Amino acid sequence: MKEREKPVHGDDNPKPREVKRRLKATKRISRRKRLEFEEVELPLQVAIIGGGVAGMEAASVLAEHRCPVILFEARPELGVNVKNKYKIFPDFSDAGRLVETMTKAMDHPLITVNKDTEIIEIIREPDAYTLLDNKGVPHTVPAVLLASGYEPFDAKRKEELGFGIYEGVINSLQLEDMLREHKVLNSLGEDPRRIVFLQCVGSRDEKVGNHYCSKICCITAVKQAIEVKRQLPDTEVYVFYMDLRLWGQGYEELYREAQEQYNVRFVRGRISEAASTFDGRVQIKSEDTLLGQPLKMVTDLLVLMIGMEASPGTRKLGKTCGLEGPYGFVRSKSPHLEDNLSDKPGFFLAGTCKRPMHIAEAVNDGRAAALEIIKYLRK
Amino acid sequence: MTTKKHYWNEYQKEIAGDKYFYERSCIRQTFFPGSETAFLRILKEELGKNILDVENQHTCTGIGFYSDIVPLETTMTIVARLFSLMTEAGYENYVPSCVTSFGVFSEIVDLWEHQPDMLEKARNILLETTGRTFELPKNIAHPSDIIYKFREELKEKMRYRLVNRFTGKPLKVVEHIGCHYAKIFPDKGVGKAEFPHVLAGMIESWGGEVVDYPERRHCCGFGFRQYVVRANRGYSVANSKKKFESMQPYEPDFIVTNCPGCTMFMDKWQYTIAEMEHKTYDKKGYGIPVLTYEEMAGLLLGYDPWELGLQLHQVQSERLLDKLGIHYDPNEKYKSVSGRILPNPEKPQYLRV
Amino acid sequence: MADFGFSISKPQSIDTNDMDVGRLQALEAKVPSFKRCINCGACTATCSAGQFGSFNIRRIHNLYRWDQRKGLEKELQQCMLCGKCTLVCPRGVNLRYLIIRLRKALADNK
Repeated sequence: MKEREKPVHGDDNPKPREVKRRLKATKRISRRKRLEFEEVELPLQVAIIGGGVAGMEAASVLAEHRCPVILFEARPELGVNVKNKYKIFPDFSDAGRLVETMTKAMDHPLITVNKDTEIIEIIREPDAYTLLDNKGVPHTVPAVLLASGYEPFDAKRKEELGFGIYEGVINSLQLEDMLREHKVLNSLGEDPRRIVFLQCVGSRDEKVGNHYCSKICCITAVKQAIEVKRQLPDTEVYVFYMDLRLWGQGYEELYREAQEQYNVRFVRGRISEAASTFDGRVQIKSEDTLLGQPLKMVTDLLVLMIGMEASPGTRKLGKTCGLEGPYGFVRSKSPHLEDNLSDKPGFFLAGTCKRPMHIAEAVNDGRAAALEIIKYLRK
Repeated sequence: MTTKKHYWNEYQKEIAGDKYFYERSCIRQTFFPGSETAFLRILKEELGKNILDVENQHTCTGIGFYSDIVPLETTMTIVARLFSLMTEAGYENYVPSCVTSFGVFSEIVDLWEHQPDMLEKARNILLETTGRTFELPKNIAHPSDIIYKFREELKEKMRYRLVNRFTGKPLKVVEHIGCHYAKIFPDKGVGKAEFPHVLAGMIESWGGEVVDYPERRHCCGFGFRQYVVRANRGYSVANSKKKFESMQPYEPDFIVTNCPGCTMFMDKWQYTIAEMEHKTYDKKGYGIPVLTYEEMAGLLLGYDPWELGLQLHQVQSERLLDKLGIHYDPNEKYKSVSGRILPNPEKPQYLRV
Repeated sequence: MADFGFSISKPQSIDTNDMDVGRLQALEAKVPSFKRCINCGACTATCSAGQFGSFNIRRIHNLYRWDQRKGLEKELQQCMLCGKCTLVCPRGVNLRYLIIRLRKALADNK
């Protein structure tokens, strides 16, 4: 990360030393327990990079504690990663509604949301950080929260599975769209007679360089299998897995339900290749490892459960800020009691920019980071 | 059924442009003699390239090595000697005709890269036994890579296209890549391992349509030690049979391969399966013709089919020649180079010729 | 037919297109707890017959799932119906009853 000895003196940006002094001054002025900032004189704001669920939750909490927030989101909309889902585990609640609730909370006088704005550089100042966005505007703030999140694995990199080549091969996000529209169809536009799910696409894979487990794909497949069976009760559903990691509350029960109520069939074996058949369906080769015998199956749809990878923003900023962790994610100070801190004071981390997380975890992480920031600013 | 392939562009391999040192193949020379002559003719006459074909070349011992008869050190030394022939002639671009050779060379060169002491050992043994020294080639390319590289130039010179003269539609071609071409070192094959483009590129450029069938990536079953021993041969044949059964619904017009072993297998086993099980994989019982890529290029350039050696294939190609609109004289089929009429081969019981 | 001194090997992989799903569905209708099996292998581990013979109950019901019934009837004869498998199953599959029904199904659908 670039460092500057002398602070920036723009018209809009106060000298950081003044910033600190003003903070202290306010404290003295106000006898109340809560920290108060005078919005007019003090363009002091906490910058949050990333408008996902972690970033939004942090913004909410900070605003509630009367701390102004400026939130930067590179995409035109907030909460895209969650909005892309239809129903979320384990209770099948609506993802869109969740994002809507959080986005509404961004309508707060102390929160400024800048969409379509990407932070391209961060310069460390004494007691502050200057962020440079893609429109050329600098922002100097005493504290930064990096919540730049993840992006789904591009299944095209697994060539042997034919994603992007054969129309019957889709990824789990495309299936979410189909489920939302209630239009789960095969490549010929008909009701599929059989659907096969393949776990661990892009995760636990030496060939793409991701050794880690993306944590949420197993339960997502179980959830999607149940949703498919609800919409198409006559379709045969198979899930091909290497391991089934159902660690959360209610997850194992959902697996049982999928087996018992919905007749979803689970096969322990990885799919090695997918090819197109003469009638436009997909042929897969796998092994039932518990039997020790290879098998061949023709299916209408092959759904690839794609993992989570660091987003381009996370990768870039992780590098420029010297916080790069394994696989392009960012590294926190310590995974136990200092998971929201980085090795740079005033620079905080939250959400899936650190590692794969599920929604509740990312939200909690954003909340925790906000409280860490408040603690820091009070000093 | 639509398939969209868009990976080729990323996996372009480095293929030398000129000054090639050619090494012939044991099997291809024996079973498909016209192919290598055609390749040399194409490179020299059509493309005007400098390609050297020396007299004192020899086998790369690939067959022996993969059958566990020839030990690694021997193969290494033989490879070293072949490279020394190349260095002696002053060339740097090595072009082995056989895909197994290509695999052997790639493997040995890779071994020498990771274990320089083995390279030293090879140099020493070669020097002791033959007094020769060698340099590693700058580029090892397979002849099919070279034809792929110049496919557009050749297209300009071609008299025919891969189009069915009677229907006007492109011919449906099954392309089969030898396993040792891209499966061992995916970076050494054009298009990498899953969707190799070296033959598909030729077919598409020259007007044909590539058939993608479920067992496209499957090995033809050659395997060396399996095929060589008669008791195991059925195991090898079963693999080719699996491919035939898978491609049958697509009704391909012909098969093209770049490995001599695969050509031999796909061609001869159609005869074997026809005789053993009374099964053929085309509609009329003649079998699906199997061509090497040199024969395919040669035919489209207008070379005489009998000079290319098509009469030596097990599955006869007359029907394909008719579809392509290529003129051939049936009376010239079994004539030697000097014009002497040779005895006709015995007709199979079941396979139609 | 010609004899060239060898026979062409038959494919050994399970071709699921030849499966009759109805058979499995009928069994599952009679023994619904069977659907819960996660193949942990506790049943085979504790099995009395499995200690002395080639009897592997987990493998048997896996094969039945893919409709590979060859040799299953004979192998199932070894089961003594002692019930140890049913006692240890973490998913609560009623294995004793499953074995009884499997035997019947195999005998009927021969």
